[in-house]
Amino acid sequence: MSVDKETVKKIASLSRIAVTEAEADALVPELNNILGWVEQLSEVDCSNVEPMTAVIPNKLRLRDDVVTDGNVRDKVLANAPVADHGFFAVPKVIE
Amino acid sequence: MTESTYRIQGGTGEWEVVIGLEVHAQITTNAKLFSGASTEFGAEPNTQVSLVDAAMPGMLPVLNKECVRQAVRTGLAINAQINKYSRFDRKNYFYADLPQGYQISQLYHPIVGEGKIEISLDEKDPDAHGKTIGVERIHIEQDAGKLMHDQHPTMSYVDLNRCGVALMEIVSMPDMTSPKEAAAYVRKLRSVLRYVGSCDGNMEQGSMRADVNVSVRKPGDELGTRTETKNVNSLRYIQQVIEYEAQRQVDVIESGGDIVQETRLFDPDKNETRSMRSKEDAHDYRYFPDPDLLPLELEDDYIFDCKASLPELPDEKRARYKNVLGLSAYNAAVLTAEHETAIWFEELLETTDEPEKIASSAANWLTSELFGALNKMGLSIEKSPVSPQQAAELLGLIADGTISGKIAKQVFEIMLETGDGATKIVEEKGLKQESDTGAIEKVIADVMAANEDKVAQYRGGKDKLFGFFVGQTMKAMQGKANPQVVNELLKKTLGDAG
Repeated sequence: MSVDKETVKKIASLSRIAVTEAEADALVPELNNILGWVEQLSEVDCSNVEPMTAVIPNKLRLRDDVVTDGNVRDKVLANAPVADHGFFAVPKVIE
Repeated sequence: MTESTYRIQGGTGEWEVVIGLEVHAQITTNAKLFSGASTEFGAEPNTQVSLVDAAMPGMLPVLNKECVRQAVRTGLAINAQINKYSRFDRKNYFYADLPQGYQISQLYHPIVGEGKIEISLDEKDPDAHGKTIGVERIHIEQDAGKLMHDQHPTMSYVDLNRCGVALMEIVSMPDMTSPKEAAAYVRKLRSVLRYVGSCDGNMEQGSMRADVNVSVRKPGDELGTRTETKNVNSLRYIQQVIEYEAQRQVDVIESGGDIVQETRLFDPDKNETRSMRSKEDAHDYRYFPDPDLLPLELEDDYIFDCKASLPELPDEKRARYKNVLGLSAYNAAVLTAEHETAIWFEELLETTDEPEKIASSAANWLTSELFGALNKMGLSIEKSPVSPQQAAELLGLIADGTISGKIAKQVFEIMLETGDGATKIVEEKGLKQESDTGAIEKVIADVMAANEDKVAQYRGGKDKLFGFFVGQTMKAMQGKANPQVVNELLKKTLGDAG
């Protein structure tokens, strides 16, 4: 598997990361190196091995349906560049 | 109204419509899917947001067990496969209402697999126009926040209270072929969810909304390319979207164009759908398993307990009302469509040891008198000022001949106003029905004496006058005479000297 410059630019755009032409050029071989390195894993035949989801045997923990959180609006909004009347305020996004 | 085939008439012939629905149903819980913040509707903005919902760095999701239980119960209610192994995936996209930058959903291993829902196109005769609609899957996912665009000239406001609330996405097979079928499917699904208690089905508050997939084809052809109209939140809108989209697609194809697979938005004011260009990239979600969450594994015992906790569901209940209680198909359908109606009706029946005896008259009374009164007052049945026990008392008075059906209407009105019991009202107002033949005969004699000309006309063949005599007799007795006895006696007396 490998990526070309178009793919790099598309993924950058989907991830909302601003990438210049020069950076995109540099990222193509860099990402392809990483992909090639990871691809070595496929040399191992693991068709009969269950996918591992955790390094230690562990079960998904569940929570009771009880309200234990919330009412921390000041904390939630503390890092917002702009907040107004208790809302986050963002540049207008409209369909 | 029923219609077996819905077709669009195009310039090149008839077109068939194929519809699939993705219904998003908010799971009824106290807390959110992965955080302990409240789900209550209508709170002050951003007050029901935890640091998990706001996607602060380092926060970890912990699954709410009630969401799992309700999804499994919903799956069992539509006879679906329950997957003992399911998993959560990240669906990546950027939008201002989604602080995580991804929605936690279940793409590869949903909790519920294939099931089915029986729909009916005719409420009055549900068995005659039934159809089975397949459900492909149900998965659990997070809702997004809410954007408000009209509060500020250049800014949009973001409220994250809804962010992270649990949804079930219920994906149908493309089994529907008309707007009416789609509406019947959503209506039935809503009914099942409300019986199960997994979603309140409130479409106005957005607890239930649908993405509507529509394509057209010539009868017998392969499936056409579909469009998806997002977030349609009423039964009427769903039908309008299908009508509009089907016609639009036929027009595009017949004028030589191609349908583009795309996301569209419904504008109720203009009654049209339009392309959401901003979502052009939207299908590139780069799903991958959420590394913050382990797979969800269920035991047989757990699934069994979920099954045991289900109430009698609308289809079974409707069959029982018809076959055991002897109700008409129509009454059985109307009384079981909403769980609250069925509960009220059954509380009424519980006042007697022989429910079959009163079931039919109670059903008729409920669907006409009670529904009529509640409609007028704008109340739901749970808020009925007359209780099922009070209704049973009233119906008992009709059944044993104490009052006539006509007087019962008066008594019912007084009950609605005062909250008093029927027996008390009948006694206080002296509304007890007169069945004593002697007393009625005496009144009839008076009426006939006062109307000798009409008696002669009647005996001369003017049968229509019979109603006049009934009316006069009832009037003279302030409506309290037993109408059956009056009829019998009048027939006898008027006929005698004829």
